[in-house]
Amino acid sequence: MTILDKFNALRDSYGALRAAGQDPFSVCFDGALSPTEAMLNGRRVILLGTNNYLGLTFDRSCIDKAAAAVLEAGTGTTGSRIANGTYGGHAELERRLAAFYGCRSAMVFSTGYQANLGILSTVAGRGDHILIDADSHASIYDGCRLGNAEVIRFRHNDPEDLARRLRRLKDAPGNRLIVVEGIYSMLGDTAPLKEIAAVKREWGAHLLVDEAHSLGVLGHKGRGLAEQAGVEEDVDFIVGTFSKSLGAVGGFCTSNLPDFDVLRVACRPYMFTASLPPSVIASVIQALTRVEEDPGLRARLNANARRLYNGLEAEGFILGPQANPIISIRMPSPEIAITFWSALLDAGFYLNLALPPATPDNAPLLRSSVSAAHSADQIDAAIAAISSIGQELGVIKAPALACRAGKQ
Amino acid sequence: MTQTDEFVDVIIKMISTLPQAAQGVGPDTNIVRDLGLDSLAVMNFVMALEDRFDVSIPMDRLAEIETVRDLAVAIADLKGR
Repeated sequence: MTILDKFNALRDSYGALRAAGQDPFSVCFDGALSPTEAMLNGRRVILLGTNNYLGLTFDRSCIDKAAAAVLEAGTGTTGSRIANGTYGGHAELERRLAAFYGCRSAMVFSTGYQANLGILSTVAGRGDHILIDADSHASIYDGCRLGNAEVIRFRHNDPEDLARRLRRLKDAPGNRLIVVEGIYSMLGDTAPLKEIAAVKREWGAHLLVDEAHSLGVLGHKGRGLAEQAGVEEDVDFIVGTFSKSLGAVGGFCTSNLPDFDVLRVACRPYMFTASLPPSVIASVIQALTRVEEDPGLRARLNANARRLYNGLEAEGFILGPQANPIISIRMPSPEIAITFWSALLDAGFYLNLALPPATPDNAPLLRSSVSAAHSADQIDAAIAAISSIGQELGVIKAPALACRAGKQ
Repeated sequence: MTQTDEFVDVIIKMISTLPQAAQGVGPDTNIVRDLGLDSLAVMNFVMALEDRFDVSIPMDRLAEIETVRDLAVAIADLKGR
């Protein structure tokens, strides 16, 4: 008996997964070459699963700002903002985020995970009610667990189920906080935000939208789903991350609530962790500038997303409902998913393998994320490789068979 | 027959309609361990129960529930609020 015996079943299933080929949870790249390519065991692979939506990780202007900041202000802050103090960059980034969203305030966290952990556990207290979409990211679930509010799940993307659950609360005291995501990370589907905002208004609830995968991706100005759906006035809190479209690491929350800044001395995942280093802050500020000044990034991203989505759909793969930059291919079984994923890596393409229970409907997924930095040739090569392996493994029909089936 | 007993009966009937319907389900059947349901199937089943009884079972309450009877007691308690 050891203290780790409780993980025996997990250890065994992870062992079986590793025995099947490459270990999908510990791929170790020799190095990244660009936003879309890396070296793996001495071979060049195309990256199609890194959430690098705008390809800004190697943007020259972002790198220059980061390099200047590390020379000027050092490698790290060595502590939290309440203990070690705020650097000018942190305050500037918060002003920039607030201005970008047209909000009164913004708070920067050290990761996107911590932004959800901090905001959800602090904003909703004992006696309050949080209503979360059942397909919410782990950071939303964990933020709920860290706090003292009562947590209720509603069916994924189902505003009627949300309304039913608000009605069931009747006149129970306490605030209501609805939590949804702009783009859901597994299938790439968006929330029906107009309808959810209407429910929010009807029941006098608060609304938090996690735009982790939609910042810089959706909306005319790149602010996300709330902008695209025209409901920014109804959103009380926007949470987001710097680790996807902005190419670095970190998280934030913006709000128009007048007393929002009191959270700086109440929110433990903000108070008791080291703040982001100056170089990260500097590259994020520049990345935000790039998002504001170059709408071409978004146009290229969305064109690439459509190219991959349409290409795979035409081959007969079962995909998520919308052509967003997250494109997931449904696999018939975990065994085929693992074989497929390994074969793709051997062919020089890195995607994500998503296995139940982390996936909706318990379906294993091959998850890809597209970047503005992908070339049309890279996307087409990926479609060809995915289709060829898909035919070999019987996930899609071979062209001749597909043709015959079409004639019947 | 108490309200909890009635709820136990309804829950057992609903379990019998599941595709993976287990045999010999009683009040002390462990819904996670004995029904062979994965976590997602349990969640879907709980959502169906919530619709049937018109209640929402908060996640902290759900975490304490092990048996069919626990579920009936929780639902009776939530309905009595």
